[in-house]
Amino acid sequence: MRDVAILGAGMTRFGELWDRSFREIGIEAGLGAMVDARVSSAQLDGIYFGNMAAGSLIEQEHIAPLILDYAGLGSRHLPAIRVEGGGASGALALHEGFLAVASGLYDIVVVGGAEKMTDVTDERGSDIASATADHEWEVVFGATLPSLWGMIARRHMHEFGTKREEFAQVSVHDHEMGSKNPNAHYRNRITLPQVLGAGPVAEPLGMLDCAPLSDGAAAVVLGPLEIARKYTDTPIRIAASQVATDSMAVQHRREITTVDATVESAQRAFRLARRAPSDVQVAEIHDAYSIAALVSLEDLGFVPKGKGGPEFASGRFAHGGAGPTVNTSGGLKSQGRPFGAVGIAQVVELVRQLRGEAKDRQVSGAQLGLAHDLGGTGATSVVHLLERVN
Amino acid sequence: MSIARFWRETPQRYNLGGSKCSDCSTVYFPPRSVCPNCSSHRRSIGRMVPFQLSGDGEVFSYTIVHEAAEGFDMQVPYVLALVKTVEGPMLTGQVVDIETGEIRIGLPVRAMFRKLREEGKAGVIHYGYKFAPREEDRAPGPPPGQRDAARAATPTAERGSTAA
Repeated sequence: MRDVAILGAGMTRFGELWDRSFREIGIEAGLGAMVDARVSSAQLDGIYFGNMAAGSLIEQEHIAPLILDYAGLGSRHLPAIRVEGGGASGALALHEGFLAVASGLYDIVVVGGAEKMTDVTDERGSDIASATADHEWEVVFGATLPSLWGMIARRHMHEFGTKREEFAQVSVHDHEMGSKNPNAHYRNRITLPQVLGAGPVAEPLGMLDCAPLSDGAAAVVLGPLEIARKYTDTPIRIAASQVATDSMAVQHRREITTVDATVESAQRAFRLARRAPSDVQVAEIHDAYSIAALVSLEDLGFVPKGKGGPEFASGRFAHGGAGPTVNTSGGLKSQGRPFGAVGIAQVVELVRQLRGEAKDRQVSGAQLGLAHDLGGTGATSVVHLLERVN
Repeated sequence: MSIARFWRETPQRYNLGGSKCSDCSTVYFPPRSVCPNCSSHRRSIGRMVPFQLSGDGEVFSYTIVHEAAEGFDMQVPYVLALVKTVEGPMLTGQVVDIETGEIRIGLPVRAMFRKLREEGKAGVIHYGYKFAPREEDRAPGPPPGQRDAARAATPTAERGSTAA
Protein backbone atom coordinates (compact mmCIF):
# COMPACT_ATOMS: atom_id res chain seq x y z
CA MET A 1 0.00 0.00 0.00
CA ARG A 2 1.33 3.44 -0.90
CA ASP A 3 0.25 6.86 0.36
CA VAL A 4 -2.57 8.50 -1.58
CA ALA A 5 -3.07 12.24 -2.01
CA ILE A 6 -5.90 14.43 -3.23
CA LEU A 7 -4.48 16.49 -6.11
CA GLY A 8 -7.52 18.53 -7.04
CA ALA A 9 -11.14 19.22 -6.10
CA GLY A 10 -14.21 20.62 -7.83
CA MET A 11 -17.93 20.87 -7.35
CA THR A 12 -21.06 22.44 -8.75
CA ARG A 13 -23.37 24.72 -6.87
CA PHE A 14 -25.92 22.66 -4.90
CA GLY A 15 -29.63 23.40 -5.19
CA GLU A 16 -32.60 23.06 -7.49
CA LEU A 17 -30.67 23.04 -10.77
CA TRP A 18 -33.68 22.69 -13.06
CA ASP A 19 -31.80 23.97 -16.10
CA ARG A 20 -28.98 21.44 -15.82
CA SER A 21 -28.91 17.71 -16.54
CA PHE A 22 -27.34 14.92 -14.53
CA ARG A 23 -24.54 14.45 -17.01
CA GLU A 24 -23.82 18.19 -17.19
CA ILE A 25 -23.30 18.54 -13.45
CA GLY A 26 -21.25 15.33 -13.28
CA ILE A 27 -18.94 16.58 -16.00
CA GLU A 28 -18.63 20.08 -14.51
CA ALA A 29 -17.46 18.68 -11.17
CA GLY A 30 -15.08 16.13 -12.70
CA LEU A 31 -13.46 18.52 -15.14
CA GLY A 32 -13.27 21.16 -12.40
CA ALA A 33 -11.28 18.77 -10.24
CA MET A 34 -8.98 17.85 -13.15
CA VAL A 35 -8.28 21.50 -13.97
CA ASP A 36 -7.63 22.20 -10.28
CA ALA A 37 -5.16 19.30 -10.23
CA ARG A 38 -3.53 20.33 -13.51
CA VAL A 39 -4.07 16.73 -14.67
CA SER A 40 -4.66 16.09 -18.37
CA SER A 41 -7.12 13.50 -19.59
CA ALA A 42 -4.24 11.49 -21.09
CA GLN A 43 -2.97 10.83 -17.56
CA LEU A 44 -6.29 9.52 -16.26
CA ASP A 45 -6.46 5.80 -15.40
CA GLY A 46 -10.15 5.53 -14.46
CA ILE A 47 -13.11 6.99 -12.62
CA TYR A 48 -15.22 5.96 -9.65
CA PHE A 49 -18.64 7.51 -9.40
CA GLY A 50 -20.89 7.61 -6.35
CA ASN A 51 -24.61 7.67 -7.03
CA MET A 52 -27.61 6.50 -5.01
CA ALA A 53 -30.58 6.20 -7.32
CA ALA A 54 -30.21 7.52 -10.87
CA GLY A 55 -32.37 4.64 -12.08
CA SER A 56 -35.33 5.84 -10.01
CA LEU A 57 -34.63 9.57 -10.18
CA ILE A 58 -33.76 10.07 -13.86
CA GLU A 59 -34.47 6.58 -15.26
CA GLN A 60 -30.84 6.10 -16.18
CA GLU A 61 -28.66 3.31 -14.86
CA HIS A 62 -25.12 2.53 -15.96
CA ILE A 63 -24.05 6.10 -15.34
CA ALA A 64 -20.27 5.81 -14.88
CA PRO A 65 -19.44 5.18 -18.56
CA LEU A 66 -22.10 7.74 -19.48
CA ILE A 67 -20.29 10.48 -17.56
CA LEU A 68 -16.93 9.43 -18.99
CA ASP A 69 -18.38 9.40 -22.51
CA TYR A 70 -19.89 12.89 -22.28
CA ALA A 71 -16.72 14.19 -20.65
CA GLY A 72 -15.11 13.45 -24.01
CA LEU A 73 -13.08 10.51 -22.76
CA GLY A 74 -15.09 7.62 -24.23
CA SER A 75 -12.52 6.77 -26.88
CA ARG A 76 -9.92 5.96 -24.24
CA HIS A 77 -12.00 3.01 -22.96
CA LEU A 78 -11.03 3.64 -19.35
CA PRO A 79 -12.52 1.74 -16.42
CA ALA A 80 -15.58 3.61 -15.07
CA ILE A 81 -17.26 2.20 -11.98
CA ARG A 82 -20.42 3.27 -10.16
CA VAL A 83 -20.53 2.80 -6.40
CA GLU A 84 -23.77 2.75 -4.37
CA GLY A 85 -24.25 2.96 -0.62
CA GLY A 86 -27.32 5.17 -0.18
CA GLY A 87 -26.36 8.60 1.12
CA ALA A 88 -22.79 7.33 1.63
CA SER A 89 -22.34 6.52 -2.08
CA GLY A 90 -19.86 9.35 -2.68
CA ALA A 91 -17.70 8.51 0.32
CA LEU A 92 -17.77 4.82 -0.64
CA ALA A 93 -16.61 5.73 -4.16
CA LEU A 94 -13.73 7.66 -2.59
CA HIS A 95 -12.83 4.56 -0.58
CA GLU A 96 -12.72 2.52 -3.80
CA GLY A 97 -10.61 5.13 -5.60
CA PHE A 98 -8.26 5.27 -2.60
CA LEU A 99 -7.82 1.48 -2.71
CA ALA A 100 -7.13 1.54 -6.45
CA VAL A 101 -4.35 4.12 -6.13
CA ALA A 102 -2.96 2.72 -2.87
CA SER A 103 -2.70 -0.73 -4.43
CA GLY A 104 -0.61 0.61 -7.31
CA LEU A 105 -3.05 -0.63 -9.94
CA TYR A 106 -3.93 2.94 -11.01
CA ASP A 107 -2.01 6.18 -10.62
CA ILE A 108 -4.46 8.98 -11.41
CA VAL A 109 -8.20 8.51 -10.82
CA VAL A 110 -11.13 10.88 -10.62
CA VAL A 111 -13.67 10.13 -7.91
CA GLY A 112 -16.98 11.87 -8.42
CA GLY A 113 -20.46 11.84 -6.96
CA ALA A 114 -23.69 13.24 -8.30
CA GLU A 115 -27.42 13.13 -7.72
CA LYS A 116 -30.29 14.79 -9.54
CA MET A 117 -33.08 14.89 -6.95
CA THR A 118 -35.40 17.55 -8.41
CA ASP A 119 -36.43 15.90 -11.67
CA VAL A 120 -39.05 14.18 -9.49
CA THR A 121 -41.43 15.72 -6.94
CA ASP A 122 -40.36 16.18 -3.31
CA GLU A 123 -42.67 13.36 -2.26
CA ARG A 124 -41.25 10.98 -4.85
CA GLY A 125 -37.70 12.01 -3.99
CA SER A 126 -38.33 11.28 -0.31
CA ASP A 127 -39.87 7.90 -1.13
CA ILE A 128 -36.86 6.96 -3.26
CA ALA A 129 -34.46 8.05 -0.52
CA SER A 130 -36.40 6.02 2.05
CA ALA A 131 -35.37 2.87 0.18
CA THR A 132 -31.96 3.32 1.84
CA ALA A 133 -33.70 2.18 5.04
CA ASP A 134 -35.09 -1.39 5.25
CA HIS A 135 -37.93 -1.23 2.74
CA GLU A 136 -39.67 -4.47 3.70
CA TRP A 137 -39.56 -4.12 7.50
CA GLU A 138 -39.56 -0.36 8.04
CA VAL A 139 -40.93 1.55 5.03
CA VAL A 140 -43.85 -0.78 4.27
CA PHE A 141 -45.03 -0.23 7.86
CA GLY A 142 -45.09 3.55 7.46
CA ALA A 143 -41.50 4.58 8.22
CA THR A 144 -39.62 7.36 6.43
CA LEU A 145 -36.01 8.47 6.97
CA PRO A 146 -37.05 11.45 9.15
CA SER A 147 -39.44 9.26 11.17
CA LEU A 148 -36.67 6.77 11.95
CA TRP A 149 -34.40 9.64 13.04
CA GLY A 150 -37.38 11.07 14.94
CA MET A 151 -37.54 7.85 16.97
CA ILE A 152 -33.79 7.99 17.55
CA ALA A 153 -34.22 11.60 18.73
CA ARG A 154 -37.07 10.68 21.10
CA ARG A 155 -35.02 7.89 22.65
CA HIS A 156 -31.94 10.13 22.92
CA MET A 157 -34.07 12.66 24.82
CA HIS A 158 -35.43 9.88 27.05
CA GLU A 159 -32.08 8.30 27.88
CA PHE A 160 -29.80 11.33 28.13
CA GLY A 161 -32.08 14.28 28.78
CA THR A 162 -31.22 15.82 25.42
CA LYS A 163 -33.37 18.88 24.80
CA ARG A 164 -35.32 19.74 21.68
CA GLU A 165 -33.57 23.13 21.57
CA GLU A 166 -30.15 21.46 21.55
CA PHE A 167 -30.57 19.59 18.29
CA ALA A 168 -32.50 22.48 16.78
CA GLN A 169 -29.28 24.43 17.31
CA VAL A 170 -27.58 22.19 14.71
CA SER A 171 -29.69 23.69 11.94
CA VAL A 172 -29.03 27.23 13.14
CA HIS A 173 -25.29 26.47 13.15
CA ASP A 174 -25.35 24.89 9.68
CA HIS A 175 -27.17 27.81 8.09
CA GLU A 176 -24.76 30.26 9.74
CA MET A 177 -21.87 28.33 8.17
CA GLY A 178 -23.63 27.88 4.84
CA SER A 179 -24.37 31.59 4.56
CA LYS A 180 -20.67 31.99 3.74
CA ASN A 181 -20.58 29.22 1.13
CA PRO A 182 -21.36 30.37 -2.43
CA ASN A 183 -22.14 26.75 -3.47
CA ALA A 184 -24.72 26.17 -0.72
CA HIS A 185 -28.33 25.32 -1.52
CA TYR A 186 -29.62 27.56 1.29
CA ARG A 187 -27.56 30.61 2.22
CA ASN A 188 -30.07 32.24 4.56
CA ARG A 189 -29.43 32.39 8.29
CA ILE A 190 -32.15 30.93 10.48
CA THR A 191 -32.99 31.41 14.17
CA LEU A 192 -33.78 28.96 16.94
CA PRO A 193 -37.44 30.10 17.16
CA GLN A 194 -37.76 29.50 13.40
CA VAL A 195 -36.48 25.93 13.73
CA LEU A 196 -38.73 25.23 16.72
CA GLY A 197 -41.75 26.78 15.01
CA ALA A 198 -41.36 25.10 11.61
CA GLY A 199 -44.00 22.64 10.48
CA PRO A 200 -43.63 19.13 11.92
CA VAL A 201 -42.25 16.33 9.71
CA ALA A 202 -41.79 13.47 12.17
CA GLU A 203 -41.93 14.70 15.76
CA PRO A 204 -39.81 15.92 17.38
CA LEU A 205 -38.23 16.77 14.00
CA GLY A 206 -39.64 19.64 11.98
CA MET A 207 -39.08 20.99 8.50
CA LEU A 208 -35.92 22.89 9.50
CA ASP A 209 -34.38 19.83 11.17
CA CYS A 210 -34.26 18.05 7.82
CA ALA A 211 -31.75 18.54 5.00
CA PRO A 212 -33.26 19.42 1.61
CA LEU A 213 -33.30 17.28 -1.52
CA SER A 214 -30.76 18.91 -3.83
CA ASP A 215 -29.11 18.52 -7.20
CA GLY A 216 -25.35 18.68 -7.33
CA ALA A 217 -22.06 17.01 -8.08
CA ALA A 218 -18.56 17.01 -6.61
CA ALA A 219 -15.27 15.39 -7.58
CA VAL A 220 -11.65 14.96 -6.50
CA VAL A 221 -8.54 13.73 -8.29
CA LEU A 222 -6.41 11.14 -6.51
CA GLY A 223 -2.81 10.15 -7.13
CA PRO A 224 0.18 8.64 -5.34
CA LEU A 225 1.61 11.04 -2.73
CA GLU A 226 5.15 10.45 -4.00
CA ILE A 227 4.41 12.28 -7.25
CA ALA A 228 1.77 14.67 -5.91
CA ARG A 229 3.94 17.76 -6.03
CA LYS A 230 4.08 17.51 -9.81
CA TYR A 231 0.42 18.48 -9.74
CA THR A 232 -0.17 20.61 -6.69
CA ASP A 233 1.73 22.73 -4.17
CA THR A 234 -0.55 21.56 -1.38
CA PRO A 235 -1.24 17.82 -1.63
CA ILE A 236 -3.72 16.55 0.91
CA ARG A 237 -2.87 13.08 2.17
CA ILE A 238 -5.63 10.58 2.84
CA ALA A 239 -4.47 9.46 6.28
CA ALA A 240 -7.30 6.92 6.62
CA SER A 241 -10.27 5.68 4.61
CA GLN A 242 -12.51 3.36 6.59
CA VAL A 243 -15.92 1.81 5.98
CA ALA A 244 -18.10 0.04 8.53
CA THR A 245 -21.61 -1.40 8.35
CA ASP A 246 -24.49 -2.40 10.63
CA SER A 247 -28.06 -3.75 10.42
CA MET A 248 -30.21 -2.11 7.75
CA ALA A 249 -33.14 -1.56 10.11
CA VAL A 250 -32.98 0.63 13.21
CA GLN A 251 -35.05 -2.02 15.01
CA HIS A 252 -32.19 -4.52 14.77
CA ARG A 253 -29.44 -2.31 16.18
CA ARG A 254 -27.67 -3.04 19.45
CA GLU A 255 -28.76 0.43 20.61
CA ILE A 256 -30.71 2.99 18.65
CA THR A 257 -28.97 6.04 20.14
CA THR A 258 -25.55 4.82 18.98
CA VAL A 259 -24.65 4.23 15.35
CA ASP A 260 -22.16 1.37 15.74
CA ALA A 261 -21.01 1.71 12.12
CA THR A 262 -19.87 5.27 12.90
CA VAL A 263 -18.07 4.15 16.06
CA GLU A 264 -16.28 1.34 14.21
CA SER A 265 -15.30 3.35 11.14
CA ALA A 266 -13.99 6.22 13.29
CA GLN A 267 -12.06 4.02 15.71
CA ARG A 268 -10.44 2.11 12.84
CA ALA A 269 -9.53 5.37 11.09
CA PHE A 270 -7.97 6.97 14.17
CA ARG A 271 -6.09 3.76 15.02
CA LEU A 272 -4.70 3.42 11.49
CA ALA A 273 -3.64 7.07 11.32
CA ARG A 274 -2.27 6.99 14.89
CA ARG A 275 -4.37 10.02 15.72
CA ALA A 276 -7.12 10.89 18.19
CA PRO A 277 -10.31 12.91 17.87
CA SER A 278 -8.60 15.76 19.74
CA ASP A 279 -6.12 16.08 16.83
CA VAL A 280 -8.90 17.10 14.40
CA GLN A 281 -9.42 20.82 13.76
CA VAL A 282 -12.14 20.66 11.11
CA ALA A 283 -14.87 18.06 10.50
CA GLU A 284 -17.71 17.56 8.06
CA ILE A 285 -20.25 15.27 9.72
CA HIS A 286 -23.54 13.66 8.72
CA ASP A 287 -26.39 15.99 9.68
CA ALA A 288 -29.18 15.00 7.28
CA TYR A 289 -31.43 15.31 10.34
CA SER A 290 -30.35 17.61 13.16
CA ILE A 291 -30.32 14.83 15.76
CA ALA A 292 -27.95 12.86 13.53
CA ALA A 293 -25.27 15.51 14.04
CA LEU A 294 -25.37 15.03 17.82
CA VAL A 295 -25.31 11.23 17.55
CA SER A 296 -22.43 11.46 15.05
CA LEU A 297 -20.34 13.80 17.23
CA GLU A 298 -20.72 11.32 20.09
CA ASP A 299 -19.99 8.25 18.00
CA LEU A 300 -16.97 9.82 16.27
CA GLY A 301 -15.47 10.35 19.73
CA PHE A 302 -15.59 14.16 19.89
CA VAL A 303 -17.88 14.14 22.95
CA PRO A 304 -18.96 11.39 25.38
CA LYS A 305 -22.18 9.48 24.62
CA GLY A 306 -25.21 11.49 25.67
CA LYS A 307 -23.35 14.81 25.91
CA GLY A 308 -23.81 15.87 22.28
CA GLY A 309 -26.74 18.17 23.04
CA PRO A 310 -25.25 20.41 25.74
CA GLU A 311 -21.80 20.37 24.10
CA PHE A 312 -23.24 21.49 20.78
CA ALA A 313 -25.41 24.17 22.35
CA SER A 314 -22.34 25.52 24.19
CA GLY A 315 -20.88 26.57 20.83
CA ARG A 316 -17.76 24.41 20.98
CA PHE A 317 -18.19 23.29 17.34
CA ALA A 318 -18.56 26.83 15.97
CA HIS A 319 -15.73 29.07 14.76
CA GLY A 320 -13.58 29.94 17.75
CA GLY A 321 -14.92 27.09 19.91
CA ALA A 322 -12.88 24.30 21.50
CA GLY A 323 -13.47 22.37 18.31
CA PRO A 324 -13.29 20.72 15.99
CA THR A 325 -15.11 23.28 13.89
CA VAL A 326 -17.96 21.36 12.32
CA ASN A 327 -19.64 21.63 8.92
CA THR A 328 -18.00 24.81 7.68
CA SER A 329 -19.62 24.01 4.32
CA GLY A 330 -23.05 24.35 5.91
CA GLY A 331 -23.41 20.58 6.11
CA LEU A 332 -26.16 18.63 4.46
CA LYS A 333 -28.72 20.97 6.01
CA SER A 334 -27.52 24.18 4.38
CA GLN A 335 -25.03 23.24 1.65
CA GLY A 336 -27.55 20.66 0.46
CA ARG A 337 -28.16 16.97 0.03
CA PRO A 338 -27.61 15.51 -3.44
CA PHE A 339 -27.21 12.04 -1.94
CA GLY A 340 -24.43 10.54 -4.06
CA ALA A 341 -22.45 13.80 -4.10
CA VAL A 342 -22.53 14.52 -0.37
CA GLY A 343 -19.52 12.43 0.66
CA ILE A 344 -17.33 13.98 -2.01
CA ALA A 345 -18.55 17.52 -1.29
CA GLN A 346 -17.54 17.05 2.36
CA VAL A 347 -14.03 16.18 1.18
CA VAL A 348 -13.94 19.14 -1.25
CA GLU A 349 -14.67 21.43 1.70
CA LEU A 350 -11.93 19.80 3.80
CA VAL A 351 -9.43 20.17 0.94
CA ARG A 352 -10.20 23.90 0.83
CA GLN A 353 -9.83 24.17 4.60
CA LEU A 354 -6.56 22.23 4.72
CA ARG A 355 -5.10 24.23 1.85
CA GLY A 356 -6.10 27.45 3.60
CA GLU A 357 -8.40 28.46 0.74
CA ALA A 358 -11.73 28.55 2.58
CA LYS A 359 -11.85 32.37 2.77
CA ASP A 360 -14.23 33.64 5.45
CA ARG A 361 -15.07 30.05 6.41
CA GLN A 362 -11.40 29.27 7.11
CA VAL A 363 -10.49 27.48 10.33
CA SER A 364 -7.05 28.85 11.18
CA GLY A 365 -4.26 26.31 11.42
CA ALA A 366 -6.31 23.41 10.05
CA GLN A 367 -3.96 20.42 9.64
CA LEU A 368 -6.22 17.39 10.10
CA GLY A 369 -9.78 17.05 8.85
CA LEU A 370 -12.43 14.36 9.24
CA ALA A 371 -15.28 13.56 6.86
CA HIS A 372 -18.16 11.35 8.03
CA ASP A 373 -20.91 10.14 5.72
CA LEU A 374 -23.82 7.82 6.51
CA GLY A 375 -26.01 5.68 4.29
CA GLY A 376 -29.64 5.22 5.34
CA THR A 377 -29.96 5.44 9.11
CA GLY A 378 -26.44 4.10 9.63
CA ALA A 379 -26.14 0.75 7.86
CA THR A 380 -23.06 2.23 6.16
CA SER A 381 -20.62 4.70 7.68
CA VAL A 382 -17.54 6.03 5.93
CA VAL A 383 -14.84 8.04 7.71
CA HIS A 384 -11.95 9.75 5.97
CA LEU A 385 -9.07 11.48 7.73
CA LEU A 386 -7.29 14.04 5.56
CA GLU A 387 -4.10 15.85 6.44
CA ARG A 388 -2.17 18.71 5.00
CA VAL A 389 1.35 17.67 3.91
CA ASN A 390 3.74 20.43 4.93
CA MET B 1 -44.06 -3.56 -4.39
CA SER B 2 -45.15 -6.47 -6.57
CA ILE B 3 -47.93 -8.77 -5.41
CA ALA B 4 -45.57 -11.74 -5.33
CA ARG B 5 -43.06 -9.85 -3.21
CA PHE B 6 -45.69 -8.98 -0.66
CA TRP B 7 -47.41 -12.36 -0.76
CA ARG B 8 -44.33 -14.40 0.01
CA GLU B 9 -43.92 -12.62 3.34
CA THR B 10 -47.52 -13.23 4.39
CA PRO B 11 -46.58 -15.59 7.28
CA GLN B 12 -44.45 -12.88 8.85
CA ARG B 13 -46.67 -9.89 8.14
CA TYR B 14 -49.97 -11.58 9.00
CA ASN B 15 -48.94 -13.90 11.81
CA LEU B 16 -45.70 -12.51 13.26
CA GLY B 17 -43.80 -15.62 12.28
CA GLY B 18 -40.19 -15.24 13.33
CA SER B 19 -37.39 -17.68 13.95
CA LYS B 20 -35.42 -19.00 16.90
CA CYS B 21 -31.86 -20.28 17.01
CA SER B 22 -31.83 -23.82 18.42
CA ASP B 23 -28.30 -23.21 19.57
CA CYS B 24 -28.57 -20.05 21.68
CA SER B 25 -32.39 -19.67 21.81
CA THR B 26 -32.35 -16.06 20.56
CA VAL B 27 -35.58 -15.10 18.78
CA TYR B 28 -35.58 -13.07 15.55
CA PHE B 29 -38.17 -11.16 13.60
CA PRO B 30 -38.31 -11.22 10.63
CA PRO B 31 -36.98 -14.77 10.51
CA ARG B 32 -33.29 -15.23 9.78
CA SER B 33 -31.55 -18.20 8.24
CA VAL B 34 -28.33 -17.56 10.18
CA CYS B 35 -28.00 -16.51 13.83
CA PRO B 36 -26.09 -13.22 14.25
CA ASN B 37 -25.68 -13.90 17.97
CA CYS B 38 -23.88 -17.25 17.96
CA SER B 39 -20.12 -17.06 18.27
CA SER B 40 -19.79 -19.74 15.63
CA HIS B 41 -22.66 -18.55 13.47
CA ARG B 42 -22.09 -21.25 10.85
CA ARG B 43 -23.28 -23.78 13.40
CA SER B 44 -26.73 -22.14 13.33
CA ILE B 45 -27.23 -22.78 9.60
CA GLY B 46 -30.10 -25.20 9.23
CA ARG B 47 -30.87 -24.94 12.94
CA MET B 48 -33.08 -21.86 12.86
CA VAL B 49 -36.64 -23.00 13.66
CA PRO B 50 -39.93 -21.14 13.17
CA PHE B 51 -41.13 -19.18 16.18
CA GLN B 52 -44.31 -17.20 16.55
CA LEU B 53 -44.29 -13.93 18.49
CA SER B 54 -47.19 -13.31 20.89
CA GLY B 55 -47.62 -9.75 19.65
CA ASP B 56 -47.23 -8.25 23.13
CA GLY B 57 -44.65 -5.60 23.80
CA GLU B 58 -44.06 -2.03 24.84
CA VAL B 59 -43.17 1.20 23.08
CA PHE B 60 -39.39 1.68 23.01
CA SER B 61 -39.53 4.92 21.05
CA TYR B 62 -42.03 6.73 18.87
CA THR B 63 -42.66 9.59 16.49
CA ILE B 64 -45.74 11.30 15.13
CA VAL B 65 -45.45 11.32 11.35
CA HIS B 66 -46.80 14.32 9.44
CA GLU B 67 -45.00 13.78 6.12
CA ALA B 68 -46.20 10.32 5.21
CA ALA B 69 -44.46 7.34 3.72
CA GLU B 70 -45.71 6.26 0.28
CA GLY B 71 -49.28 4.98 0.52
CA PHE B 72 -49.85 6.45 4.00
CA ASP B 73 -50.89 9.99 2.95
CA MET B 74 -54.49 9.48 4.04
CA GLN B 75 -53.42 8.51 7.56
CA VAL B 76 -51.45 11.59 8.70
CA PRO B 77 -50.74 12.41 11.38
CA TYR B 78 -49.98 8.85 12.49
CA VAL B 79 -48.01 7.37 15.36
CA LEU B 80 -45.05 5.19 14.41
CA ALA B 81 -43.19 3.26 17.07
CA LEU B 82 -40.38 0.86 17.77
CA VAL B 83 -42.01 -1.87 19.84
CA LYS B 84 -39.89 -4.13 22.04
CA THR B 85 -41.73 -7.45 22.10
CA VAL B 86 -41.81 -9.62 25.22
CA GLU B 87 -39.86 -12.30 23.31
CA GLY B 88 -37.06 -9.84 22.53
CA PRO B 89 -37.21 -8.69 18.90
CA MET B 90 -37.95 -5.04 18.16
CA LEU B 91 -40.57 -4.25 15.50
CA THR B 92 -41.39 -1.06 13.61
CA GLY B 93 -45.08 -0.33 13.20
CA GLN B 94 -47.91 2.13 13.60
CA VAL B 95 -49.72 2.51 16.90
CA VAL B 96 -53.44 2.97 16.31
CA ASP B 97 -56.59 3.40 18.40
CA ILE B 98 -54.78 6.06 20.41
CA GLU B 99 -54.73 9.84 20.59
CA THR B 100 -51.35 11.23 19.53
CA GLY B 101 -51.01 12.82 22.98
CA GLU B 102 -51.34 9.45 24.72
CA ILE B 103 -48.31 7.77 23.17
CA ARG B 104 -45.32 7.38 25.52
CA ILE B 105 -42.18 5.30 25.94
CA GLY B 106 -43.05 2.21 27.99
CA LEU B 107 -46.70 2.05 26.90
CA PRO B 108 -47.79 -1.62 26.72
CA VAL B 109 -49.15 -2.47 23.26
CA ARG B 110 -50.35 -5.53 21.38
CA ALA B 111 -50.04 -6.36 17.69
CA MET B 112 -53.18 -6.55 15.58
CA PHE B 113 -53.99 -7.41 12.00
CA ARG B 114 -54.83 -4.32 9.94
CA LYS B 115 -54.80 -2.85 6.47
CA LEU B 116 -51.46 -1.07 6.00
CA ARG B 117 -51.81 0.78 2.71
CA GLU B 118 -53.07 0.69 -0.85
CA GLU B 119 -50.54 0.75 -3.62
CA GLY B 120 -50.56 2.01 -7.17
CA LYS B 121 -53.39 2.50 -9.63
CA ALA B 122 -54.60 -1.05 -9.12
CA GLY B 123 -55.12 -0.25 -5.45
CA VAL B 124 -53.46 -3.42 -4.24
CA ILE B 125 -54.10 -3.58 -0.51
CA HIS B 126 -51.26 -4.52 1.80
CA TYR B 127 -52.20 -6.02 5.15
CA GLY B 128 -49.96 -6.54 8.14
CA TYR B 129 -49.45 -5.75 11.80
CA LYS B 130 -50.08 -2.53 13.63
CA PHE B 131 -50.06 -2.01 17.37
CA ALA B 132 -52.67 -0.71 19.80
CA PRO B 133 -52.84 -0.18 23.56
CA ARG B 134 -53.90 -3.41 25.26
CA GLU B 135 -57.56 -3.48 26.22
CA GLU B 136 -56.82 -4.58 29.78
CA ASP B 137 -54.64 -1.49 30.31
CA ARG B 138 -57.34 0.93 29.29
CA ALA B 139 -59.15 2.72 32.09
CA PRO B 140 -61.87 2.05 32.88
CA GLY B 141 -61.36 -1.56 31.93
CA PRO B 142 -63.93 -3.32 29.79
CA PRO B 143 -65.90 -6.24 31.20
CA PRO B 144 -63.90 -9.49 31.22
CA GLY B 145 -66.06 -11.07 28.50
CA GLN B 146 -65.28 -8.29 26.04
CA ARG B 147 -61.63 -8.35 27.00
CA ASP B 148 -61.40 -12.03 26.04
CA ALA B 149 -63.19 -11.30 22.79
CA ALA B 150 -60.69 -8.56 22.00
CA ARG B 151 -57.79 -10.89 22.66
CA ALA B 152 -59.25 -13.67 20.56
CA ALA B 153 -59.68 -11.23 17.69
CA THR B 154 -55.96 -10.67 17.43
CA PRO B 155 -54.34 -13.22 15.15
CA THR B 156 -51.43 -13.72 17.49
CA ALA B 157 -52.88 -14.16 20.94
CA GLU B 158 -50.87 -16.27 23.34
CA ARG B 159 -49.25 -18.81 21.11
CA GLY B 160 -45.67 -18.30 22.03
CA SER B 161 -43.83 -21.37 20.82
CA THR B 162 -43.12 -22.84 17.43
CA ALA B 163 -45.55 -22.09 14.65
CA ALA B 164 -47.11 -24.51 12.26
